Amino acid sequence: MRIAVLAGGRSLERGVSLRSGARVVDALRSLGHEVAQIDPGADLVRRLKSERPEVAFIALHGPGGEDGTVQELLEIVGIPYTGPGVTACMRCMDKVTAKQEIRAAGLPTPDWVAFNATAFRELGAADALDEIEARLGFPLVVKPARQGSSLGVEFAPSRTDVPEALVAAFSYDERVLLERYVRGRELAVGILNGEPLPIVEAIPEQEDFFNFEARYEIGRTHYVCPAELSDADASAVREAARSTWEALGCAGFARVDVILGGDDAAPETHGPQVLEVNAIPGLTDTSLLPQAAEAAGLAFEQLCERIVELARERAATTALPG
Amino acid sequence: MPEHEQIPGERPASARPPHRRPHTSARDLERYAGLFAQRTGVMRSSAMRDLMAITARPEVISLAGGLPDTSTFPPESFAAQMTRIAQESSAEALQYGPTEGFERTKECLREVMAAEGMDPDPDDIIVTTGGQQAIDLVCKTLLDPGDPVICEGPTYPGAVPVFCSYEADTHHVEMDDDGIRVDELEAVLDALERDGRRPKFVYTVPSFQNPAGVTLSAERRRRLIEIAREREVLVIEDNPYGLLRFEGRELPPLYQLDGGDYVIYLGTFSKILSPGIRLGWCVAPPPVMEKIVLGKQAADLCTSTLTQYFVAEYFAEGRWRTYIDDLVGIYRARRDAMLDALSAHFPDQAEWTRPAGGLFVWATLPDYIDTGDLLAKALREDVAFVPGAAAYVDGRGSSSMRLNFSGSDESEIHEGVRRIGSVVEEQVALYETITGEHPIQPPAATSASRSGAAESQEGRGSGGNVLPLPRRRES
Repeated sequence: MRIAVLAGGRSLERGVSLRSGARVVDALRSLGHEVAQIDPGADLVRRLKSERPEVAFIALHGPGGEDGTVQELLEIVGIPYTGPGVTACMRCMDKVTAKQEIRAAGLPTPDWVAFNATAFRELGAADALDEIEARLGFPLVVKPARQGSSLGVEFAPSRTDVPEALVAAFSYDERVLLERYVRGRELAVGILNGEPLPIVEAIPEQEDFFNFEARYEIGRTHYVCPAELSDADASAVREAARSTWEALGCAGFARVDVILGGDDAAPETHGPQVLEVNAIPGLTDTSLLPQAAEAAGLAFEQLCERIVELARERAATTALPG
Repeated sequence: MPEHEQIPGERPASARPPHRRPHTSARDLERYAGLFAQRTGVMRSSAMRDLMAITARPEVISLAGGLPDTSTFPPESFAAQMTRIAQESSAEALQYGPTEGFERTKECLREVMAAEGMDPDPDDIIVTTGGQQAIDLVCKTLLDPGDPVICEGPTYPGAVPVFCSYEADTHHVEMDDDGIRVDELEAVLDALERDGRRPKFVYTVPSFQNPAGVTLSAERRRRLIEIAREREVLVIEDNPYGLLRFEGRELPPLYQLDGGDYVIYLGTFSKILSPGIRLGWCVAPPPVMEKIVLGKQAADLCTSTLTQYFVAEYFAEGRWRTYIDDLVGIYRARRDAMLDALSAHFPDQAEWTRPAGGLFVWATLPDYIDTGDLLAKALREDVAFVPGAAAYVDGRGSSSMRLNFSGSDESEIHEGVRRIGSVVEEQVALYETITGEHPIQPPAATSASRSGAAESQEGRGSGGNVLPLPRRRES
């Protein structure tokens, strides 16, 4: 099969994307496919038209590749692509939109307030900080709405840390959210075609507790897959992740990040709390979804093959324009 | 951030895809993590590395690198020199060489040192694979885990991972526009002594410091040597930029003042000829040198013979000083462009240094701005710099940035600084709005700060008129 692997791009996660892309290219080649690697730029549409791949494997992360933009272009030129469709990507990329959908579906997600920079610049949103802080409590987490990995995510342990955390988060996006911090176990649920894979738990080294960067570094964060959870907890987490996938209209594969609120957490944050959905999760050596697939007995090559099949199946059942 | 990470990505010559290892399994990851040496725990890596991947995009104006401009080196003379080597010394140039380096190479680097008034014994010299290896070898020779080391704050970002991998207990001493504060150095030495400890060495870049751009004054140079002698503390003088002086009088290197008893000297051809040839050197007293040679043997046996031959050929032509003079002219104009652009485009709340030589300006923003986050925003405007935290071991420097002026031309520098200035101004305005310092800023405030900056620019004049190196504010 002729497959174009889209990797690189202009987002801040370019480096991760190139690593994901390189792994996918190798896997697809080893399966005997004819693979072209495309680093999306000004010539993307031209290249897609000339290469005419049967499937586009999207290994892009962050705005541009994971937010529906590239997906929209692929729909227009009529090339089936991997992962969720345009609308689902748009919803997942923006943490605020995603949380609204999650809450609307009756699923648990930590309470939050969202602002864009204009609210502060022109509408005096700063005057509402007291009320926000009273509602969410401390510590709280400040996140840019549309940014992957941990970039721009800041803990604000107290009141005085909030302005600096906001300025940091606004470096990554025009919209940020302030979210209640939930103490609990950090879990990631990979989902393949609506079916949850074994749950991965990320256990950071104690001294790096407030350091999000450490989450992605070998040796500073310890991963356990399948996570050691009681049957009841595991099934609650899987169910929350699966329902979230449905609520956001995902397809192909995705990863849902969940905090399992412990008994020491506030009553309203007991049990699984959905944080966000990654429409195109990392596929590098250290990424969580491939680890989960492997725990389910699916080698990386098989995982890629399955993702490609799902893209073709979806294209066959959806009337693609053009 | 090591300089090599900012080099634009090269493309593989052949279209044949490389063979790649199958995907590393979760079990493998855990297995490797269990094997890592303890020191890898303090080796630093971060999301910043991924951000830096973007600076390689051709549309990005990178003020992040530490790259000298190698484009003015005449290709025809490069070709002639390499041809001569191939014709006359092919077998030797392709062979191993002595661990200490060739005598001919030592003659060349002694010429370079003589240009700054130094005259080392050739037996005290070892030729290394770049100045970076010289730092590594000195640390390898002198440091046990937990040993105290003193360096400037900020220090050379490339020295930070070396100190970390030898598990040094690194102490920064603040600088001002006259370089490292010798009084604070003494205070740190006193504090260590009270704990019954002594630093293995003081690491310093006295001339046109990387990243701060400041230069240690003559008086402090003498005082630093006195302190070293009184307290029997070694000083590591790293001097890559000494000959890249744009103005003002020359200052004696620490090595010259001391005569080589307490000063270990590190030099390099990287900034006066080429970083690609990976040729540096170290001058140390015989007992230390003996151990450094053993360390070098273990590391790589000898420095590239081919590039040592190249340097010898190049110096034989006798035009190396002229080439440096050309570089100085180019860099001076670029430094001026950068200072002008900073005055025009950085907000009032920012401060920066005014280097009289070298490659770098160090700018400091209000402490609520984290330059790591700011870099993300700047990259969206296609401009890059090095966030200041890379120049400290302890998380300080997070509101500063290093700006390089040697690797971009004047118009790129101007445009790059303008773009950084505009994202900084946005952040400043946002913060002031959030904290209610300036409830909702009228757009006019921006132009007011610009005209204020323009006045201070006129007041610049002489090169000795240096802004003090900003000190960290107490919050």
